[in-house]
Amino acid sequence: MASTEIARQAGEGARAVPLSGHVGFDSMPDQLVNKSVNHGFCFNILCIGETGLGKSTLMDTLFNTKFEGDPNQHNQPGVTLKSNTYELQESNVRLKLTVVNTVGFGDQINKDESYKPIVDFIDTQFEAYLQEELKIKRTLHNYHDSRIHACLYFIAPTGHSLKSLDLVTMKKLDSKVNIIPIIAKSDAISKSELAKFKIKITSELVSNGVQIYQFPTDDESVAEINSSMNSHLPFAVVGSTEEVKIGNKMVKARQYPWGTVQVENENHCDFVKLREMLIRVNMEDLREQTHARHYELYRRCKLEEMGFKDTDPDSKPFSLQETYEAKRNEFMGELQKKEEEMRQMFVQRVKEKEAELKEAEKELHEKFDSLKKLHQDEKKKLEEKKKSLDDELNMFKQKKTAAELLLNQAQQAGASTTLKRDKERKNFF
Amino acid sequence: MIERPETAVPSIAQRNLEGYVGFANLPNQVYRKSVKRGFEFTLMVVGESGLGKSTLINSLFLTDLYSKDYPGPSQRIKKTVQVEQSKVLIKEGGVQLTLTIVDTPGFGDAVDNSNCWQPVINYIDSKCEDFLNAESRVNRRSMPDNRVHCCLYFIAPSGHGLKPLDIEFMKRLHDKVNVIPLIAKADTLTPEECQLFKKQIMKEIQEHKIKIYEFPDTEDDEDNKLIRKIKEKMPLAVVGSNVVIEVNGKKVRGRQYPWGVAEVENGEHCDFTVLRNMLIRTHMQNLKDVTNNVHYENYRSKKLAAVTCNGVDNSKAKGQLTKSPLAQMEEERRDHVMKMKKMEAEMEQVFEMKVKEKRQKLKDSEAELERRHEQMKRNLEAQYKELEEKRRVFEAEKVNWEAQQKILEQQKLDASKTMEKNKKKGKIF
Repeated sequence: MASTEIARQAGEGARAVPLSGHVGFDSMPDQLVNKSVNHGFCFNILCIGETGLGKSTLMDTLFNTKFEGDPNQHNQPGVTLKSNTYELQESNVRLKLTVVNTVGFGDQINKDESYKPIVDFIDTQFEAYLQEELKIKRTLHNYHDSRIHACLYFIAPTGHSLKSLDLVTMKKLDSKVNIIPIIAKSDAISKSELAKFKIKITSELVSNGVQIYQFPTDDESVAEINSSMNSHLPFAVVGSTEEVKIGNKMVKARQYPWGTVQVENENHCDFVKLREMLIRVNMEDLREQTHARHYELYRRCKLEEMGFKDTDPDSKPFSLQETYEAKRNEFMGELQKKEEEMRQMFVQRVKEKEAELKEAEKELHEKFDSLKKLHQDEKKKLEEKKKSLDDELNMFKQKKTAAELLLNQAQQAGASTTLKRDKERKNFF
Repeated sequence: MIERPETAVPSIAQRNLEGYVGFANLPNQVYRKSVKRGFEFTLMVVGESGLGKSTLINSLFLTDLYSKDYPGPSQRIKKTVQVEQSKVLIKEGGVQLTLTIVDTPGFGDAVDNSNCWQPVINYIDSKCEDFLNAESRVNRRSMPDNRVHCCLYFIAPSGHGLKPLDIEFMKRLHDKVNVIPLIAKADTLTPEECQLFKKQIMKEIQEHKIKIYEFPDTEDDEDNKLIRKIKEKMPLAVVGSNVVIEVNGKKVRGRQYPWGVAEVENGEHCDFTVLRNMLIRTHMQNLKDVTNNVHYENYRSKKLAAVTCNGVDNSKAKGQLTKSPLAQMEEERRDHVMKMKKMEAEMEQVFEMKVKEKRQKLKDSEAELERRHEQMKRNLEAQYKELEEKRRVFEAEKVNWEAQQKILEQQKLDASKTMEKNKKKGKIF
């Protein structure tokens, strides 16, 4: 029989060998790209900001199209999340874009719980992915990824500092999603105020320990542009879908009596920077970070919550099967124990109740025994009374009989005397 | 008041872009990141000794994987089937590929070759197991993909048909790995013989329902035409060579015979180029995808189903395969809680009923005793009354009689007095 002897590697790890010609595997990236393009891409953006900060307009401007929705009212009782999915295509690239909007954020008087629906939403998407990943029969490559890849946080253009709601919300979200803070409606701030505002915001974020998304600088081809953009954060944006004629071109702009704010003019606002960074340069990195960092963190926490542990981090191989079996046995054991406990409790109750009832029964019998005794006593008394009555009766009878006898004798005697007298009397006559 | 967030709406709307957005750059981002990451590929070669496996590998990758310093397995004498892997790092056009070649020396060389496929199967399974464990850890780090992506099966050029060993091997491995059958040392067959041989092999493959690797159809018609051409050439007949020979001024890899040179890369001499292009230049990514999405998932679902469906009968097991084991445990927990509730309710009910019964019995016996006691009391009372009555009557009689007696006494007294008087008066009359 053949026996198994596995893996004697040629050297530790892989050794580099030279090629003596063109093999052709340099087409691998292209093969991968072809596959991705055929499959289509998917990107999910979450927009958080108070009502009226221009979230929908900015989305329309960024993606050069009109998305859903009428402007929302300010009277929402709580924060809800509305999400819409769109299929976009640019040259041969298909993108399934999901835009999630927070409705009613910042409108309530008490904003303590405002961040909760957002955190819940993000967690729900992670949970859905985790469940799919854990299924026995799963289809991950066809799974529509609904996890949030980028979170645009709209800061109100007060020019002073972040609101406490902003800090609280961002702090709750920074470990769950890539946060990109932007200053909304920044055409209300002058250039000098803007610079101060940006510095204030950045320092507040740092001092509160809020981790915002940093554009990656590890890849040489984009390191330079990314690092320079990092210094312009947060981006001050202006959104507009209306076009104004400037020179001989129609550009997206906002027209004021004192001038026109051109959206795509880098002197006027950072819109172009945002578009470059968010879409053109780092979209894939945002997706990767979401999967490799935020999702992994969620997954790790969730599994640890359920009691899963790596048996030994590095040396012993981790066997899923064993863990599941162990978990399952533990779980079954727990259930058994619960069942036993319940049974025992019932047995106990039954015992107690039985004892109680027995007590009651005993009392009852005692009661009746005593009653019976009383009764017996009464009966005896009655008997005695009866007896005494009978004795009296007898005595009386005797007396009576004796008296009657006497009477009879007397009467007889009397009668005979009378008779004698009568006789004598008769005789006389 | 917080409202629950809505999850992603399933309906997807189309939108047309009215201007430049920039996500058409996504493929470039993917390209860039993949180059940075590098690629990995594991290729397994299976076949009897002397079929030119090592030579073919060297020809495919234009390198001396097996050289004087790292002699190939064929140079060594083996008594049993081994599975050996060699890892090399090759670079081309900025693209890094970590190539793992898995060789199976001793395969089919013994007199009794029963189960000689077992070490191969064990190796493939163990790599899948490693990946599964790495994927299932709580703390997941980067997971190296060491799964076997492709298995080249060398058929000896007998010209007749498949050997029983060939059929047996392919049947056992076709649902664990991508199997690509090759006719080895094709320079011993004339084109006509080769054609017949290929037809025969394909016929036998179909007869035995062996699922060899299938080229996926693409959306491009041109590509599809090429693919169909390749499919007609299956199984590919290959020739390998480590030796470079000069033919017509060109340096080519080939085998020098007295009657000419069989050129490795000449499409009319053999299908080597087809193999190389397909394996490396166009379908390497697809081989990895099929391994990941089909073969690995098969392995995983079988493995996990075994864990969670222990003792569950088959009909139920089928329905549970779409759930993750954790979800299943959750469901079992919920079921158990319900069961416990029901059991508790039932036990409670039985308990109550029994208590009621006992109480009722107690009440009944109490009532019974009461009744009897009442009866006896009444009896006694009746007797008392009777006695009273009797006494009364007696007393009355007694009083009466005594009164009578008194009268009689009086009368007697009077009578005797009278008689005395009469006597005294004399005897009158």
